[in-house]
Amino acid sequence: MLTEFGRVFIFFIVAAIFVAAGLVFAWLLRPHRWYPNKLTTYECGEEPVGNALVRFNIRFYIVALIFLIFDVEVVFLFPWAVVFQRLGMFAFVEMLVFLAILFVGYAYVWVKGDLDWDRPVPFIPSTKPEVTHQLHQEATI
Amino acid sequence: MGLLDKQFNNSNIIITSVDNLLNWARLSSMWGMQFGLACCAIEMMATGASHYDLDRFGIFFRATPRQSDVMIVAGTVTLKMASRIKRLYDQMSEPRYVISMGSCSNCGGPYWEHGYHVLKGVDRVIPVDVYVPGCPPRPEALMEGLMKLQEKIRNYSSVKKTA
Repeated sequence: MLTEFGRVFIFFIVAAIFVAAGLVFAWLLRPHRWYPNKLTTYECGEEPVGNALVRFNIRFYIVALIFLIFDVEVVFLFPWAVVFQRLGMFAFVEMLVFLAILFVGYAYVWVKGDLDWDRPVPFIPSTKPEVTHQLHQEATI
Repeated sequence: MGLLDKQFNNSNIIITSVDNLLNWARLSSMWGMQFGLACCAIEMMATGASHYDLDRFGIFFRATPRQSDVMIVAGTVTLKMASRIKRLYDQMSEPRYVISMGSCSNCGGPYWEHGYHVLKGVDRVIPVDVYVPGCPPRPEALMEGLMKLQEKIRNYSSVKKTA
């Protein structure tokens, strides 16, 4: 007998067959006539310059990540605010804890200077042991 | 090579049925390429908008040549644009059709004699299926041209070998 997830499995099989059949029929019916100009990248009729796989500045990534975190925070805040009256004190304190954790992260990012577009140059400690010329001389003799 | 495309010499009942089905599908959803060059493009936009409503023919405009079947060259084709049009036509997937709309793209139009910068007809760079005369053609004329193209597709065989 089929379980509940057995039906889901059948659904997946049918979905796979449906997609595969569509691709196979398209392959049978379509013309296969290609030449280099046809395969060029579409750039509004212009000749593409360079490669699309270029490196973006890491700063975009940091800003996007911070935005995502606080976006998710708002997603959690809205349903909490809707049923705020019924949840009582416990949910209020829990949400304050949640906000506090995120605020610590926010403060950390701010202090580290990731919110500034021109980042401050970080202090990189370096070691340079003070071995004087005289000590070298003594060792070699 | 495809299994059906230009593979058969003689027509039989299966091949003609496949042809009819394919042609019906193709002529019922001729997606246009979304670009306009000059004042003809204004008439083309008017044809696509709600008053003349190209959507009822299954025609609407796509923003990429990969998804479009019909290129409506609407307006003056300057020499600078001609190379772009050629490239865009190359990038369209087959089967692809071209409608030349208006006098300028048909033959150069008013720039025929002294237009130092105008291509004297878009058919000098890409093959054209239907020419729509006018300067600019009214929306009814463009629709007539699209229906002529539908007729052309209806009589086309995609599985028979071309002579």
